Amino acid sequence: MPTIIKALQSQVGRKLMTGITGIALMLFLVVHLAGNYAIFASAEAFNIYTKKLESLGILLYIAEAGLLFFVLYHSYLGISIWLGKRKARPSGYEVYKSKGGASRQNLASRSMILSGITILVFLVVHIWSFKFGETEMIMSADGEPMRDLRQLVIDSFTTWYIALGYIVVLTLIMLHLFHGAWSAFTSLGVTNKNKTHAFKLGAYVFAIVLMLGFIFIPVYIFVTGGTGSLIAY
Amino acid sequence: MSTNMTIHLRYWRQSGPTAKGYFEDRTLSTVNEHMSFLEMLDVLNEELQLEGKDPVEFDYDCREGICGSCNLVINGQAHGPKKGTACCQLHMRNYSDGDHITIEPPRASAFPVIKDLVVDRSAFDRIIEAGGYVSVKTGSAQEANARPIPKKDADLAFDYAACIGCGACVAACPNASASLFTSAKISHLSHLPQGDVERNNRVVAMVEQMEEEGFGDCSNFGECEAVCPKEISIAAIADMRRDYARAVIQG
Ligand code: HEM
Ligand code: FES
Repeated sequence: MPTIIKALQSQVGRKLMTGITGIALMLFLVVHLAGNYAIFASAEAFNIYTKKLESLGILLYIAEAGLLFFVLYHSYLGISIWLGKRKARPSGYEVYKSKGGASRQNLASRSMILSGITILVFLVVHIWSFKFGETEMIMSADGEPMRDLRQLVIDSFTTWYIALGYIVVLTLIMLHLFHGAWSAFTSLGVTNKNKTHAFKLGAYVFAIVLMLGFIFIPVYIFVTGGTGSLIAY
Repeated sequence: MSTNMTIHLRYWRQSGPTAKGYFEDRTLSTVNEHMSFLEMLDVLNEELQLEGKDPVEFDYDCREGICGSCNLVINGQAHGPKKGTACCQLHMRNYSDGDHITIEPPRASAFPVIKDLVVDRSAFDRIIEAGGYVSVKTGSAQEANARPIPKKDADLAFDYAACIGCGACVAACPNASASLFTSAKISHLSHLPQGDVERNNRVVAMVEQMEEEGFGDCSNFGECEAVCPKEISIAAIADMRRDYARAVIQG
């Protein structure tokens, strides 16, 4: 039997890991989305939420390191699978056409590498602007100083190109998940002939609901100019 | 009586494994709808030979969809446009007068071209040699019900055993992966008690061999299932991954 390390480098092992890291990132997105909605809870809720996160200290660092590892590992696998195509088929077909039917070749599955790399670039910008972005320090109701991230979010999304950029990237994440959220379970060997349809449908529903959830915030802030009644003051 | 059709062919010519290949065009005017696709190629070769030219090499044996020898990529689709049909069972009635048809060999570095449309598929044999068998002496066939097997398992094993090893899955896969072939050959054994004994070693050995042959990774495109003349489901691939993980964990 191969060692675990060797097994993870095999074709099947790599695919298992694409699935595991992909599902972990999907779960993270769900948690991230829930956190975002604190912006609608009360005037201070969003800033208190972010402050609580930051005060986790070492725990937060561990979680962040874990996430970074998952993103990098997932990207590495995705890119190397894509590069491997060339080696396995050095000269392509003059004519190539999908047969349809059971095939899962579609815009989503064929553009995993493009949507993926866009997400990677976006992540750098996203973390740069929100995690390390400059904010005002304000006083909370109980006299504690805290970063006014809520204002940063509102300022960002009232700027048209930032709002638009987010919406475009979120749509690409949805596209990534149209294929990915089904594919990952096939990679883990969870799907079978009878369950495949349910998983395919589930992937579409999950991706659409998740993205509508994310997109609602920049759209709402942009449309209302940051003064909408849902955002409590 | 059927009328003759004119078909414009464009097919791959390559005189040997290391020679540079090219496309040759030729129009046939005596094709009729009752011919199989391979019979149409026979007509082509007859014409070529009458002119003293080399016939176009292509693989076939049974011509009834059960041996897995034929493996042409027709207008970009492995085995052509018909679902669940090997190209030897594809008939010219699926085409109309004046159609253009491009014929290519499967393209994969693990399937080097031998000549024209014939590729070397011995990589598949080596995957089978790595573990696609049962080591015990089974003797002559025993009475069918001597060893009861749940219907569900028997059906599944039978579905996977339908693989004829033509290589259409590799030809059609955007990554040139052999995962459908390998997993079908693993799973048709592992669902049966006779094959269960060597289950762990088999999956590891065959997966390793598949990679060593230079086939690509599987991205779950499912194109293999769509072109498979036996319509084997990619559930076989999911099975293989589950088996592989189990084998590694059990050590
Ligand atoms: C929010 C972040 C992300 C999520 C939730 C996510 C999710 C997923 C999921 C669930 C899969 C299916 C896994 C499988 O088939 O087993 C997948 C595949 C893939 N991901 Fe991501 N992904 C993310 C970020 C990225 C990034 C940053 C890249 C960078 C290149 C990337 C590239 C790919 C590629 C190329 C595939 C296809 C792999 C293949 O062909 O087998 N993804 N992703
Ligand atoms: S020639 Fe035997 S399957 Fe086509």
